[in-house]
Amino acid sequence: MATHLILKKIFNTGIVSEPAPEADLSLRKREQELHADILKVFGQAVTIRHVDAGSCNGCELEIHALGGPHYNIEGIGVKFAASPRHVDVLLVTGPVTRNLETALKRTYEATPEPKWVVAMGDCGCGCGDVGAMFGENYATCGKISSVIPVDVEVPGCPPTPTALLQGILAAVSKRN
Amino acid sequence: MKINAQDWNLNQIAPYIWRGQMEVGQLLALAYAVKEEGGQLQALWGSDDRFVGTSRASDARNSPLPQAGEGQGERGAGYAIHVAFHAAAGLAWVSVALAADAPHYPDLAHIFPQADRMQRATFDLLGIKAEGAIDDRKWLRHGAWPEGTYPLRKDFSAAPVRELDAYPFIQVEGDGVHEIPVGPIHAGTIEPGHFRFSIIGDRVLRLEQRLGYTHKGSEKRFEGMDLNTGARLAGRISGDAHSAYAWAYCSAVETATGSSVPPRAEWLRALFLEIERIANHLGDLGYLGNDVALAFGFMQFWRLKEDWLRLTARLFGHRYLFDRIVPGGVAVDLSDAAPLLAEADRLEAEVQSLKAIYDEQAVLQDRFANTGTCKPEIAARLGLTGLPGRASGQAWDIRAQFPQMPYDKLDVNMATHRKGDVFARSEVRFAEVYESLRLIREIVRQMPTGPIRAELTVAEGVREGLGWVESWRGPVIVALRIGADGRLDRVHAHDPSWQNWPLLEIGIIGNIVPDFPLINKSFNLSYSGQDL
Repeated sequence: MATHLILKKIFNTGIVSEPAPEADLSLRKREQELHADILKVFGQAVTIRHVDAGSCNGCELEIHALGGPHYNIEGIGVKFAASPRHVDVLLVTGPVTRNLETALKRTYEATPEPKWVVAMGDCGCGCGDVGAMFGENYATCGKISSVIPVDVEVPGCPPTPTALLQGILAAVSKRN
Repeated sequence: MKINAQDWNLNQIAPYIWRGQMEVGQLLALAYAVKEEGGQLQALWGSDDRFVGTSRASDARNSPLPQAGEGQGERGAGYAIHVAFHAAAGLAWVSVALAADAPHYPDLAHIFPQADRMQRATFDLLGIKAEGAIDDRKWLRHGAWPEGTYPLRKDFSAAPVRELDAYPFIQVEGDGVHEIPVGPIHAGTIEPGHFRFSIIGDRVLRLEQRLGYTHKGSEKRFEGMDLNTGARLAGRISGDAHSAYAWAYCSAVETATGSSVPPRAEWLRALFLEIERIANHLGDLGYLGNDVALAFGFMQFWRLKEDWLRLTARLFGHRYLFDRIVPGGVAVDLSDAAPLLAEADRLEAEVQSLKAIYDEQAVLQDRFANTGTCKPEIAARLGLTGLPGRASGQAWDIRAQFPQMPYDKLDVNMATHRKGDVFARSEVRFAEVYESLRLIREIVRQMPTGPIRAELTVAEGVREGLGWVESWRGPVIVALRIGADGRLDRVHAHDPSWQNWPLLEIGIIGNIVPDFPLINKSFNLSYSGQDL
């Protein structure tokens, strides 16, 4: 049986989770009305739906990494869900391809109000050399905010899990 | 180059890489010869050669024929179809010049079924038609550019449109059959694509994929780009195989320009490639546990992967080594190998202890075994390649059979299996993690000292080159042409996912729907890499 091996491994590994980083409020791109009022209801528990709107899959590597034990996101109230109807935050990577433009808009519409959008990565934020490299062309619409409203932008190619978490927390932080 | 005991009059442009021009009729004969010999079609793409030799597409149509890059023959002033075959002696890159009006070539999918989607994509992007192909449905064009316009033609200027994207999926009919449409936006953190399942109860009768959603026009973006920027874009064709693409691109540029790379740089490139392989395999082994409800496996492997990524960032400045491989060499050196060697030892012991648990876990073994099976016969017939190929008896690994420097000094042990199921693909991953750790130790031990980057040779005229690298997923090809102005004219990047996606359709047949995520993860194919 593997159970005793599993228990032994868990015991020997110990806890690797690290304290959560502070929200990075400088990543905020817009303030929604009633932001503070809404958060009184939500607290800091927040559910996220990831949408790949055309990424090279580099950003996805870091979203996966965020699910690992070092970051312990569920421990700080952050959780990923399968349906946009169940979430507060859309975490979108890009550039938005024209082949996914409609799907992204529909996902946004399917997400109940109040909602926040976090754009992830240089392509999704339209910044830096890489953002310029993947700008608008016959196949893409460029950055996320050219298709749906964006609350927080987390640049990087790809942004580290810590930076990403700082951006997610900035979206739902009570602080101004 | 001899294929099937016949000389095809190809020129060698790099170790194990051959180049030639031929007539349409010869192409078919060559395809049959490769098939006969047990080789495979690896990649198929097209190019608009009407303006080759001029600096801009808007220049006169009567452009001069290209100056000879190594291995290049003469070419008509129309289009060209390019095919890369994988034969016993290496990779054969052959091109056929096609007419400027109504360009077409004979269907190759009846010989190599994996050509099907590549041919359809070539039509969508260039309007070059495979005559006699059974399947001529669109592939990358979802209605974002007008029918009858072709983005990779140099004179393409159509404004984006939003056409209704109707796609005729193949219908399965009969009592009790129904369909489950999934995607393009998936339930998990994976890339977008559409899967159409036809099922009875929970049993899958047929899966049909529709991909192309992440089509970013990457090949068009390369046009006119300088050689250094091109390396950054190449690395982002599929981010999880960044080093493989960047290396393939750089080696294509170096072949094209006749530049040499300092030996230490080649060793560092191999080091980066193996670091990338380990990172991806650790992640996949974790997800394979996760998908059979063994969250313990996920957490353990992702702990190891995170430690590995942090070490990578500490040593080389980036968790995924983005932009560390550059034309002419590498951008960063290994100053102190001790932490890397220590982590390699620790990682090996940890993975061994986790393998012992995976081997003992009855539920995991039950879900892995005989799930998502691609038998060696069908794998060979449909051209399954790379890691899933090796798990289905397709014993090809460029590092082992066609070793470019420094793999020629490393004697790579190829991992293979014959069962072709999730279990086999997991076993191959474990074996490759151990082998990559061994390679890392060998690389550190044997690596020469010296410079890590050299200036590219400035070459005159139109030049071409091709790079071929075994990514963690399978063989990646980057073929390119540099224009007379010294900038990129045409770059094609080929991901092994092109030929492996159709085998996922085969592997799922007869399995139950809830096993699909597990089977899909065991292949872990790239969407971005094939959508381009």
